[in-house]
Amino acid sequence: MSLVFLILSLLSMAAAVAVKVMFVPASEGINITGAHVFFTLKTPIQDLPITEAQVNSWCVILAVMFLCLFLTSGLKTRNISVRQLVAEWIVEKVTTLVRSNMGEFFEGFAPFIAAILGLSAFSSLSSLLGIFPPTSDINIIAGWAILVFILITYYKMKAGPWIYMKSFGQPVPLLAPLNIISEVATPISMAFRHYGNVLSGSIISVLVAVGLTDVSHKIFSFLPGAFSDFPYLRIGVPAILSIYFDLFSGCLQAFIFAMLTMLYVSGGFPAEEYAARKKRRQERAEARAARANAKEQKAEI
Amino acid sequence: MLELAIGIILGGCALGAGCAMIAGIGPGIGEGHAVAKACEAIGRQPECKGDVTTTMLMGCAVAETTGLYALVIAILLIFVAPGRFVEILMNAVG
Repeated sequence: MSLVFLILSLLSMAAAVAVKVMFVPASEGINITGAHVFFTLKTPIQDLPITEAQVNSWCVILAVMFLCLFLTSGLKTRNISVRQLVAEWIVEKVTTLVRSNMGEFFEGFAPFIAAILGLSAFSSLSSLLGIFPPTSDINIIAGWAILVFILITYYKMKAGPWIYMKSFGQPVPLLAPLNIISEVATPISMAFRHYGNVLSGSIISVLVAVGLTDVSHKIFSFLPGAFSDFPYLRIGVPAILSIYFDLFSGCLQAFIFAMLTMLYVSGGFPAEEYAARKKRRQERAEARAARANAKEQKAEI
Repeated sequence: MLELAIGIILGGCALGAGCAMIAGIGPGIGEGHAVAKACEAIGRQPECKGDVTTTMLMGCAVAETTGLYALVIAILLIFVAPGRFVEILMNAVG
């Protein structure tokens, strides 16, 4: 049963490759045009283009989901398998990370942080399969960043909207416009950081590959016929760059996105005001209960 | 005449992209500082290597943002802006 999930997970990545091979026109030389638009949905509000980045990101979501199902299928309490050990290790690491960075109150955030980490890392690593990495499209990352922004604002409002409004007037009310700008700049900078890193990696890789083609044509031009046309230097050399740009940078940016999410959400949360508000509410509820009790007793008498 | 105008547009876009990437100096210096201080801290207290490395990577990523803004501007100037500007020129000429 569990093997089915693993095969489904691999199949969804293979589907992304198949879609790329079948529907995206091949290109020669330098071609940096962004995601290929498959078709456009006509909706009453606005046309909705379905792009390569979106399709790939759905495939990555499916792959991660089936991978999780594969890891967690057939859980046991004793005689546990390697698969279950890996799953437990991931859960434990993420929980420790969330608890040490966000505190006890936000412990429930662990699944969300793990989802962001996994989705972002797998999206960046999908470029190793030769498909368009979803993280090098600003629209995908901007969606995640807006989600995080909504979370940040929700937790800032937890202690009441008045305290949220008042936080813009800190330290002096004159700085309110600047505070609003810095509030809006949070999701923008998060989105641009992740997207810029992945996109710059892929652009530099393409430029290096094209440059190496020209250099190898110059060096090997003495070879007869078709031998001189083959770009020998492109074998293996761009892969060294790929170790940094695809493997290291992709994983690091995923980690940083998750880390910043944790820091912003827990940093913006007004813990003291929230505690005070909770206490006030509890006192009010107790007083109401006591009053109701007294009324009841009076009625009985 | 039109060729000259288009040439000026393309040259201006390329020069602008190059100038935008001057912003790469700032993050370079800043991240170098951060890494130097992290090395010092690890030298002083080798036992907190993990924490220092994590914090340093975080700080580097945040410091890199300005450089990435410049990069995005440069990419737009090279790949997007020339087509747009030439289109505007063509519309203006008629």
